[in-house]
Amino acid sequence: MTLRKRILITAPDFFSRSAGLAAFLLLWEIAPRIGWVRSTYLSPPSVVLRALYLLAARGELAKHFLVSLERVLIGLAVSVAAGCVLGLFTGYFRKVEKSLDLLFQAFRQMSAFALFPVFILLFGLGELSKTIIIFWASLWPILLNTSTGVKNVDTILVRSAKTMGASRAYIFLRVILPAAAPEIFTGIRLGGSYCVMAVVAAEMIGANSGLGYLVIYSEETFNVPEMYGGIVSLAVLGIGLNYILKKIETSFTSWKHEIISGE
Amino acid sequence: MVKVQARQVERHFFVRNSLGKKERLGVLSGFDLDIYEGEFLSLVGPSGCGKTTFLNILAGLDDYDSGEILVDHKRLEKHSFDRGMVFQGYALFPWRTVRKNLEAGLEIRGLSPAERRRISRRYLELVGLLAFENHYPHQLSGGMRQRVAIARVLAYEPGLLLMDEPFAALDAQTREVLQIELLKIWEADKKTILFITHSIDEAILLSDRVAFMSSAPGRIQDIITIDLPRPRTEEIRNSAEFAGIRRRVSSLLRNDFLKNMSFGGYL
Repeated sequence: MTLRKRILITAPDFFSRSAGLAAFLLLWEIAPRIGWVRSTYLSPPSVVLRALYLLAARGELAKHFLVSLERVLIGLAVSVAAGCVLGLFTGYFRKVEKSLDLLFQAFRQMSAFALFPVFILLFGLGELSKTIIIFWASLWPILLNTSTGVKNVDTILVRSAKTMGASRAYIFLRVILPAAAPEIFTGIRLGGSYCVMAVVAAEMIGANSGLGYLVIYSEETFNVPEMYGGIVSLAVLGIGLNYILKKIETSFTSWKHEIISGE
Repeated sequence: MVKVQARQVERHFFVRNSLGKKERLGVLSGFDLDIYEGEFLSLVGPSGCGKTTFLNILAGLDDYDSGEILVDHKRLEKHSFDRGMVFQGYALFPWRTVRKNLEAGLEIRGLSPAERRRISRRYLELVGLLAFENHYPHQLSGGMRQRVAIARVLAYEPGLLLMDEPFAALDAQTREVLQIELLKIWEADKKTILFITHSIDEAILLSDRVAFMSSAPGRIQDIITIDLPRPRTEEIRNSAEFAGIRRRVSSLLRNDFLKNMSFGGYL
């Protein structure tokens, strides 16, 4: 396929996909300029972009972005490790799962934001309580999805491995784990987006760096364009993380995607 | 030489009846069966007669309550490297390619990757799927999937092959092709096979002996020796001998049915 042809095919798709976003940006630009909204409270995207450029030029944007990214990745790594291990365990042992299910459902509904004061009381204002709030927010979707994934593994696959003489370890690692992988990754992606939400809350209290801090600090010093710049950066962080997690997911579960697109 | 000896095997479950009370349901009772080394034995019987339960017990997937089962003159063990089972639903690992599926049993036995590859190649060739070695199961037809499942079991050369209605989910034409293929493969190395089926024709075509089960309680009712010459080919289906055996089986089952009203369901 020539480049020209490829553009002709993908371009209409790209335009239709970004139509909503483009219309929103246009409305956002126009509204404060013609006085529908006071521009002191809503900076148009062009002004926000300029503020972002200046933040980047001072090196502050990269600093805040990387601090937030680091917190998200540490929190996510801990909850992936803990969530997968606990989820595999509870999914494998039905009796354990049965007695813990109600507790886990209750914990899942317990907002990480509501618990933040508790974490501060227990762990202070430092990095630890920030990591814990991010961990808490993302742990439950990962744990519960992993557990469901393990429970839903087709029993005929396990039975078939047993008749081949497979050990328990083989059945667990080479049958149950890959069979549950698609659901585990769905949980991890959900957990990833909860991490980005939680990092904002964590950085709004007792922090002096990070995108959440940038948003709240700009608001307090009435630097409205930079505040919106921080919000946009958080959206970019969330989208980027989701994109990368999706790429990892695809590389592990490509067989599943082929079924969906192939049949 | 006897490969499997089952003596007075009992198996029951507890189920809730319509009143919600627990009721004892006997699945196997007084079940006796000998399977000889290198024999192709089919087990035929109506739905719910316990034939799959017996197969699962032999496969190490289910327990029995009393009686005795010996395999190679030793008590049946739940874990064994010497058994292979082919399921009606193929039971292929969807995340593995055809070749990787074939190598699963070899992997479990700790063979080196080079060794696994050499063996899987040979068996892929045997079932005519070498060209599909890098396909995933969902990209294959039902008949091809069952070929992979059969090759996967053959690849690690178990002494006892258990087949639970392996061709029941296939269309009639594919089923006939696979029956002949299975005959060819089996006649080449004569492994002991216990084959479960609903189809009397399939049982006659493939087997050395056919064991008929009665239901409630599940036990062996009759065993018929199929003395059709081997190697058997496609044409045997239309032969006079085949028709003769079929007639004999039908009249036998009809007589049994009249004697014992619980026996039936497949006439």
